[in-house]
Amino acid sequence: MTWYERGTDADAVTEELDEGGEPDARDLPGDAVESGVFGTRDGYYDALHQATVEGARRRVDEAVDTAERDVINAVRTLETVGDSLNELDERTRDWREETDRVPVEGVVEGRNALEETRDETRGFIEERTPELAPNLSNLADPVLAARLIALAGGLDELARMPSSTVQVLGAEDALFRHLRGDAPPPKHGVIYVHPYVRGTREDERGSAARAVAGKLTIAARVDRYAGDLRPQLADELDEKMERIQGRDDG
Amino acid sequence: MTVGWVDVDGERYPATDGEKVRDERVVDGLRLWHPRRSKASAALVKGVDIPLEDARVLYLGGGAGTTPSYFADAARAVYAVEFAPSPASRLVDVAGTRDRLFPVFADARKPSVYAGIVEGVDVLYQDVATRGQADVAVKNAPFVRDGGRVYVVVKARSEDVTAEPEEKYEEVADRMEDAYDVDRTVDLSPFYDDHAVVIARR
Repeated sequence: MTWYERGTDADAVTEELDEGGEPDARDLPGDAVESGVFGTRDGYYDALHQATVEGARRRVDEAVDTAERDVINAVRTLETVGDSLNELDERTRDWREETDRVPVEGVVEGRNALEETRDETRGFIEERTPELAPNLSNLADPVLAARLIALAGGLDELARMPSSTVQVLGAEDALFRHLRGDAPPPKHGVIYVHPYVRGTREDERGSAARAVAGKLTIAARVDRYAGDLRPQLADELDEKMERIQGRDDG
Repeated sequence: MTVGWVDVDGERYPATDGEKVRDERVVDGLRLWHPRRSKASAALVKGVDIPLEDARVLYLGGGAGTTPSYFADAARAVYAVEFAPSPASRLVDVAGTRDRLFPVFADARKPSVYAGIVEGVDVLYQDVATRGQADVAVKNAPFVRDGGRVYVVVKARSEDVTAEPEEKYEEVADRMEDAYDVDRTVDLSPFYDDHAVVIARR
């Protein structure tokens, strides 16, 4: 079948995509005109354009929402699983030699299952986040990219944030302590795990965090509004960091 | 409509007549099609002929729609297939600015899905970054008219990180012989490292 045999609007295209058929090199506009559904080839193309754009818009929006929710859920799961693993390891460390008095075996089994879950979840994030946010994932690693998206509440929200907010995402407690007047402002939130922040000596770490946050913010905006991978963003960050890390003391 | 050329800073670049979609430069009223921003432009600059004028085109791996927008400036009809939601969303935005650019949100590995929407085409252009790039081209061969031209971008690293790029290009070209007559392979350096375009005919 063809889409125009089902109708001439977006629903016809969507239905046809769901049904499918046998690929061939038919002259669809010609056939459609001959069958009398459209008066001209241009008429056919105009209707197809409206139908494909509308139909794709609906499905793509749903898919973006789903993909984003999946990534956010996955990265939150990863954090919970990671915390549980650490806690279990700490708690059972002293038990290990005393298997006859405490139920260590089951705990170790559960722990290993958790570890497997963690690795699978990380694999999922590494696969899906670059599809959702290619530039952010290129500049940060996909897990950090996903954490930023989750903390912001979505890519759209992240893309709208000033970079000074991105810089302290995940350091909300420290930020509120500062706003109450009890502490200095936090230099960084979760972007601390970025090698360029963590790997910069302490007196320049604030500058490094600012530079990284600035570039990640631009990456999020390109991902949200353009969507194409721009490798030059990473080059620009590399150059900037070279200058910051190369500064002399004093 | 056709693909033109403009001179900028002593270099010649492809350019098309159409509405701007990104931050591309406009020179003499034409949209500059930069070979570092688009593999198709890199191929054109390297002397590959892509007969887009008045052509019906099946474009697999439409991405965020930047290159399809240039195609649509010159071609009669462009069917752009993309399956990753985020770029597909941008592709739909771009398609809204081009009357003859038709976005298809589907997996290019399953061409039966869009069989009732895509017509027989004169040009198949493919830039998908998944494994089995040659298989995708072969599966979509039924859409290509006899004598139609086929351009398959091969990214050496998405197949196997250890193999030499040339070996990979050859392997893809061999597999494409199942459905096409392969003409030649053109590597896209210095614009894209580890990328080549395999050129064939149905």
